[in-house]
Amino acid sequence: MSAKKNTTFLIFQDNEDARPIIEAVEQDNPGVDVQHQPGMVRLERPGSLIVKRETVEELTGREWDVQEMHLVLISLAGNVDEDDDKFEISWG
Amino acid sequence: MSIEISAKAITPIRLSYGNLKERFGDKRPASRYQEAVYDVQPTANFQYRPLWDKDHEIYDTGRTAIVMEDWYSFADPRQFYYGTYTITRAKQQEVAEHNYAFVDKRDLLDELPDDIKQAVRDILVPLRHVEWAANMNNCQIDCMGYGTTICSVAMFNAMDRLGMAQYISRIGLLLDGNETTTIDAAKKDWMDAPQWQELRHAIEDMFVLEDWFELMVAQNFVLDGLIFPLFWDRFERKLSKGGGATIAMLTEFMSEWYSETVRWTNALAKVTAQESEANQQLLSSWLDKWTNRLSKALEPVAAKAFGAEGAEQLAEVKQELLARFGKQGVTV
Repeated sequence: MSAKKNTTFLIFQDNEDARPIIEAVEQDNPGVDVQHQPGMVRLERPGSLIVKRETVEELTGREWDVQEMHLVLISLAGNVDEDDDKFEISWG
Repeated sequence: MSIEISAKAITPIRLSYGNLKERFGDKRPASRYQEAVYDVQPTANFQYRPLWDKDHEIYDTGRTAIVMEDWYSFADPRQFYYGTYTITRAKQQEVAEHNYAFVDKRDLLDELPDDIKQAVRDILVPLRHVEWAANMNNCQIDCMGYGTTICSVAMFNAMDRLGMAQYISRIGLLLDGNETTTIDAAKKDWMDAPQWQELRHAIEDMFVLEDWFELMVAQNFVLDGLIFPLFWDRFERKLSKGGGATIAMLTEFMSEWYSETVRWTNALAKVTAQESEANQQLLSSWLDKWTNRLSKALEPVAAKAFGAEGAEQLAEVKQELLARFGKQGVTV
């Protein structure tokens, strides 16, 4: 698969609620490409992207349900694998 | 005709206040918590010294023997400022209120075995005076302390303690169909019954501690670290086994609160001990002094609560407490 086709991405609204999630993605996904666009933030990475509950909880200082992510998620690309502790997308 | 809609990005000129830029850089917007607490402490232009304390400025770092290069080194891991604190507590209050209404409506406390009721009257209800003392002590820490990250935590803590004292009062009232018999008896116990006197003595000595950080260690590190696991966890479980699970419904907030509080006491101990050898030694000596004093003071209460197992339960709780602070670099 070409590099372009292999790309996974998550796009979040650019607001207070999404900020800790974006920071968590930056921490947990080495080499992630963060593109700030008007009103939204696009996170791209070849292969896979993961959002970990533990990291977001550390950043927000409170309990966080992975499902809360959908309130600020605009779009995504990749096959979804999610449970109580993580939300992961990948091509594979 | 084609219409071209072009998106235009407007980047803010600055992402946060100047003081936060100095601390955290200008890469990302500051969090609400950072905006609310950092550098709020007044530091200059105090004019006159307070009449009640000629040796210190009105806000003075010298009111404790602990020395910190930067009093904002500590940050609350829960990130509580007014907004997040009230939202979190409001949610918990709603649950608690519902539980109290449920127990009240079905007269569940009437169904409790008599020995369980008596145990609640003897052990749990007098603890409302301990909670009130904790409220006083945290107000004192807030008043004398330095650095808004620490003081705000102390004030939130003080309000929590008042809330918990009220929950205990309500349990007392529920036990007697809104009569104050149990609460009055518990006050009398607290003042006169031999098992409470050593603890009351220790707590009253804490009221007059000069050093606010020592008070922090005595109250929030040690006393809470003994009382909550011992009574709101272990004793509760003993009651539940004997058929008193209803009580656990009414004190759910206490155990939730404690597991939350452990996070910031750990962080505060760690940051303060890391700062310098001198701080670490001070913390260790206070921890040692107050763990010995308070665990000894709790012996008769533990014996009353757990019978022959009292000493063992207390020793285990004490061991857990010392191990917890050992992990933060404060060893005894």
